[in-house]
Amino acid sequence: MDDGKLEALGQTIVSALGGAASAHAVAFNQLTVTVDAAGIVEVMKYLRDDPAMRFVNITDVTAVDYPGREKRFDVVYHLLSPTLNERIRVRAEADENTQVPSIIDVFPGADWFEREAYDLYGVIFTGHPDMRRLLTDYGFDGHPLRKDFPLTGFVEVRYDDQEKRVLYEPVRLNQEFRKFDFLSPWEGADYPLPGDEKAEPKA
Amino acid sequence: MGLSPTATGSSPAIAQAPKGILDPSTGKPVGANDPFFLEVNHELSDKGFFVAAADDLITWARTGSLMWMTFGLACCAVEMMQVSMPRYDVERFGFAPRASPRQSDVMIVAGTLTNKMAPALRKVYDQMPEPRYVISMGSCANGGGYYHYSYSVVRGCDRIVPIDIYVPGCPPTAEALLYGVLLLQKKIRRIGTIER
Repeated sequence: MDDGKLEALGQTIVSALGGAASAHAVAFNQLTVTVDAAGIVEVMKYLRDDPAMRFVNITDVTAVDYPGREKRFDVVYHLLSPTLNERIRVRAEADENTQVPSIIDVFPGADWFEREAYDLYGVIFTGHPDMRRLLTDYGFDGHPLRKDFPLTGFVEVRYDDQEKRVLYEPVRLNQEFRKFDFLSPWEGADYPLPGDEKAEPKA
Repeated sequence: MGLSPTATGSSPAIAQAPKGILDPSTGKPVGANDPFFLEVNHELSDKGFFVAAADDLITWARTGSLMWMTFGLACCAVEMMQVSMPRYDVERFGFAPRASPRQSDVMIVAGTLTNKMAPALRKVYDQMPEPRYVISMGSCANGGGYYHYSYSVVRGCDRIVPIDIYVPGCPPTAEALLYGVLLLQKKIRRIGTIER
């Protein structure tokens, strides 16, 4: 589908939703609709049930962390409409305390996606029947995909021969993680390349 | 050809005796003039028995019937499957897969060991009967590998269980793992003991 049709689809959605949706954008042949987090259930019901939409497939629910923003998270929903042969991205802003309504009553498949987003980002979904961590260790502290979460975390495990069990201890690294942030050799390199100093200065 | 009677019908067809690999210098099968083989053969034909140390015999038997517990955790598991498939076929070394830890001798830790999995790995190891051996397969199991600085990965599975053989690689080829298995057999022959 070309950008014009996506543009028209976005305008239809935003006007049909009224206050719930605030904007739409088309980039890279992909339609993104920005909505209010509190009204996400109505948005999803409309996108699923409206005869002109029929976005019946929930592809993904995840989050993005922008630590510099006041509302640091984007909660992102990806939907697919087989009728339109079209995909859509629904974006809602949230912070650590925003209560995002769960869409599990609209799309039961969003169950584990929301648990994953809660586990890795700490986005709070309300109305979810089983909001536990999904991926990280039992009793894990923190939300590892947040940008302010340290790469190596806080604890590491070791088997203790005296206690006959696996123990958790604070991380102790013999060598710190080193970040090799070299400039790419073909872009942004303003340092002199070997041999360049012998070249004649350009007039 | 085949087992059906020939046209003459006088005698049934009999398969040829296997020739084996012939040594071009002697014209006899390879190994027929091996001094060790000849000595054992003479001893057997002379006395009808031969003498060996019991622990040698036991370690020999152990190396030839190592049942391995599969602990596939990541992509290394694919190479671990490959090593038991017909091309490399570890079962010709008596190295047979056994899905129960209570009936196995070796555990191959194949892949990334995460913090969440570590207690389960130790539990499986504790269920194995003595003597037990562990092969650590691949960079992640050896020392965390690519995920050494991760918040969720154990930096080497030797923090959880004692390791006998480390197989390097990411993932190691099936040949490398096979070589690790042969090294484990060599290690058992070298230091194996019937004492607990």
